[in-house]
Amino acid sequence: MNINITLISQMIAFGVFVAFCMRYVWPPIMKALDERTAKIAEGLAAAERGQHEQEIGRQRALEVMKEAKTNASDIVAQAQKRYNEILDEAKRDAQAEADRIKTAAEAEIELETNRAREELRARVATLAVAAAEKILEKEINADAHKAIVDSFSKQI
Amino acid sequence: MASESLTAQEYIKHHLTNLTLGWHPEEGLTFAHGAEEAAEMGFWALHVDSLFWSVLLGVLFYRYFRGVAEKATAGVPTPAQNFVEWIVDFVNENVRGSFSAKNDMVAPLALTIFAWVFLMNLMDLVPVDLIPWAFGQFMSLFGADTHHVYMRVVPTTDPNITFGMSFVVFFLVLYYSVKMKGVGGFAAELTMHPFGKFGLPANLLLEGINLLSKPLSLSLRLFGNMYAGEMIFILIALMYGHNLVLSLGGGVLQLAWAIFHILIITLQAFIFMVLTIVYLDMAHQTDH
Repeated sequence: MNINITLISQMIAFGVFVAFCMRYVWPPIMKALDERTAKIAEGLAAAERGQHEQEIGRQRALEVMKEAKTNASDIVAQAQKRYNEILDEAKRDAQAEADRIKTAAEAEIELETNRAREELRARVATLAVAAAEKILEKEINADAHKAIVDSFSKQI
Repeated sequence: MASESLTAQEYIKHHLTNLTLGWHPEEGLTFAHGAEEAAEMGFWALHVDSLFWSVLLGVLFYRYFRGVAEKATAGVPTPAQNFVEWIVDFVNENVRGSFSAKNDMVAPLALTIFAWVFLMNLMDLVPVDLIPWAFGQFMSLFGADTHHVYMRVVPTTDPNITFGMSFVVFFLVLYYSVKMKGVGGFAAELTMHPFGKFGLPANLLLEGINLLSKPLSLSLRLFGNMYAGEMIFILIALMYGHNLVLSLGGGVLQLAWAIFHILIITLQAFIFMVLTIVYLDMAHQTDH
């Protein structure tokens, strides 16, 4: 319980420890703490920035999607239009083709009709002569009228 | 563990005597063989045990913190760095909260006080007889009588240690008072308040007491608390070795008091630190 030189020794020891702490302990630790604070603040700011950018990206994506949708519906409309056009064209072509075929068939029919008519006309003359012969056979002698018939024949 | 050959008084006295190295008027330079001899040595004697533990713990504190500070990174901290940063941050927050002026010395000072006083107080939780007994056994190897080998392991139960620290704080208060306010300003602060210049003697008395109470309150509060805590540990230790009931009761009391003491040692270290900060802040206040 005596106050003695221990007191002064302790004062010196205390001073030395404080000085060493102040010189070698406190500054590096505070530096590390401050640096970490700055780092964390930076990280938080970066995170915020990232979030912001993500938001912008999301908006951009939405815009692109909207645009794509518009484009797609445009394309579909265009395709529809083109389809209708093709359909119309095909119809027109088919109609034209049908008309052409019809015309050709009509011409052929005309031709055939004419031919049949010619044939008939030829046959009619023969038949008429044959029929006339039958009729005339009974009344007139063939020899007697041979000269006339022959002159007719010669006319054909 | 009251040994058979000691009475309770002798046991307590043995525990409260420092290992004193000094110049005895009759025996020359020697370790004191008792409290009386230690007292006879006067001022030029050294409490080897107090100073040894105090410096050892101080070195421990410094080596540990320095080891961390050397490798401190701003990246992911190691567990040790985490622990150190926790304490440093705690001290730094206290300094920032109580100390308004700018002084790079205050925070390291506060850290040293907090950590060092805490470690010195922590020695109180080492069983009271363990180290003295081990030291006695060790010294008896060299033929020393264990009854005259003293060892107090809690430096803060030695007023030399607590006053040593509070005096340093006191000198710092004086130094910064003069530095910040000038000799005249400091003198004015001591003499012109609170009653104006016509109440000068009363002012000087009040402010003088106010000033001198700072180192006294710092050191005596710490010393008183730790001394009383140590004393209770010693008294509890007296219960051992009589019979089973007393020994068990002593064990329970020892545990309870040790757990409660954890609070006290931390609180005392904290109070010493905070008061130091506050006193230095007052020394820096110039607008008076």
